[in-house]
Amino acid sequence: MADVTDQQKAVIVDFLKGKSAAKSKFYFNDFVALFPDMKPREVKKILTALVNDQVLEFWSSGSTTMYGLKGAGKQSHAEGED
Amino acid sequence: MAKYPTPMLDELESGPWPSFVSDIKQEAANRKANPKNLDYQIPVDCLEDLLGQVELSYKEKETHWKHGGIVGVFGYGGGVIGRYSDQPEMFPGVAAFHTMRVAQPSGKYYDTKFLRTLCDIWDLRGSGLTNMHGSTGDIVLLGTQTPQLEEIFWQLTHEMKNDLGGSGSNLRTPAACLGMSRCEFACYNTQDMCYQLTMDYQDELHRPAFPYKFKFKFDGCPNGCVCAMARSDFAVIGTWKDDIKIDQEKVKAYVAGEIKPNAGAHAGRDWGPFNIEKEVIARCPSQCMKWDGSKLSIKTADCVRCMHCINTMPQALHIGDERGACILVGAKAPVVDGAQMGSVLIPFISCEEPYDDIKEVIEKIWDWWMEEGKNRERVGETMKRLSFQKLLEATETPAMPCQVKNPRTNPFIFFKESEVPGGWTHDLKAYRQRHQR
Repeated sequence: MADVTDQQKAVIVDFLKGKSAAKSKFYFNDFVALFPDMKPREVKKILTALVNDQVLEFWSSGSTTMYGLKGAGKQSHAEGED
Repeated sequence: MAKYPTPMLDELESGPWPSFVSDIKQEAANRKANPKNLDYQIPVDCLEDLLGQVELSYKEKETHWKHGGIVGVFGYGGGVIGRYSDQPEMFPGVAAFHTMRVAQPSGKYYDTKFLRTLCDIWDLRGSGLTNMHGSTGDIVLLGTQTPQLEEIFWQLTHEMKNDLGGSGSNLRTPAACLGMSRCEFACYNTQDMCYQLTMDYQDELHRPAFPYKFKFKFDGCPNGCVCAMARSDFAVIGTWKDDIKIDQEKVKAYVAGEIKPNAGAHAGRDWGPFNIEKEVIARCPSQCMKWDGSKLSIKTADCVRCMHCINTMPQALHIGDERGACILVGAKAPVVDGAQMGSVLIPFISCEEPYDDIKEVIEKIWDWWMEEGKNRERVGETMKRLSFQKLLEATETPAMPCQVKNPRTNPFIFFKESEVPGGWTHDLKAYRQRHQR
């Protein structure tokens, strides 16, 4: 696959910002739906690039994992992690 | 004197079993005494606060841990599980008490240097409390704070040449039995396969993209010392195609009482003289064995590789020479729909390096599950929801009788119209000529 483009990253960030009033964390599958022509593994590369850019962060319950914008939601502030 | 009274926890120390309460109290006392004069990096009384919080939970019958967290080491989406108290003012020592999962050595072979270094790191930067091992098989380090995570990760990777394990919607830390390193029953090199697949699937281990957890386990033979068939989404279990090798002279020696059955494992009491009919022939689940008083015979076509005869008379019977593995998919613990054992997908596959045949199956399963699986759905649940046939199609595996466990009661496999001569329609007139109404 070609390198991750800024445009692909923007699709994810725009999606998260658009939903930020209702939800701050999303399952991987929610992002796959944004790129209907791409395989899940290719979508993962975009998310990984955004995590490495520190735009996104993981949230994990221990058994499952979700993605969200860094610092979004109540948890970061409440737990002193922002 | 203890920081908090813990009458309910104290009761857990009174039974005949080892108690986690005693262990925590012992380590709490050790931290207080600080015999190594360590500059503890997290609160010295964290374990007393832990006992206090658990006592409160027992009293109120609800947990005081918050759900999950965002903490981790840079670039990794697993290996650290954020744990926060919802009573941080009451129990400041466990306000943050994160869990770290660390990859265990393949086959769980440790040397003392490894264990000492691990304990030194955890005494200094964590609570000192460990769980050896978690149910996935990895090393679980219980209780540290966020600023320590990167420090611990650096030491694990640079000083110990080790890595964090898997957590969340990741490939979990793969586990293998000790295999060929010690066991004569190993049908393939479990440790090598486990190591190679761990290295090949680093991205899946550390960067989550699955609908839910996914576990590999590698058992060298059907004895299943890492319980792959019950505890892993993808189980590789050693097996063989040809006959069990029989040394008839040794069989006679067992019958004559010259060799102890089960390698002497049941020597704790007198079970009477060895009786091959009762202890081996009659216990064969598929009744494929015969003993005529001087010769043991096994009908290989009926053998289900249960290992009982080999375990009972290991000097007389041995696994066959044409060795490989059987792949089972979909085992899980009870969350949705109850516990599920793995289902046979591929009855025999070669286990030669670099394990491309195995990896091809794994990747086809992942591609299918990542597209079709619902959030928080194990592959065994996807398989059950969409049918085993869909998994066969996704992995391009032909349907085989050995994939059916109970004919008529679990019809996983259905014919498609294209596979049936004439499809679903038939000539009613011609049928009625043969069959009266």
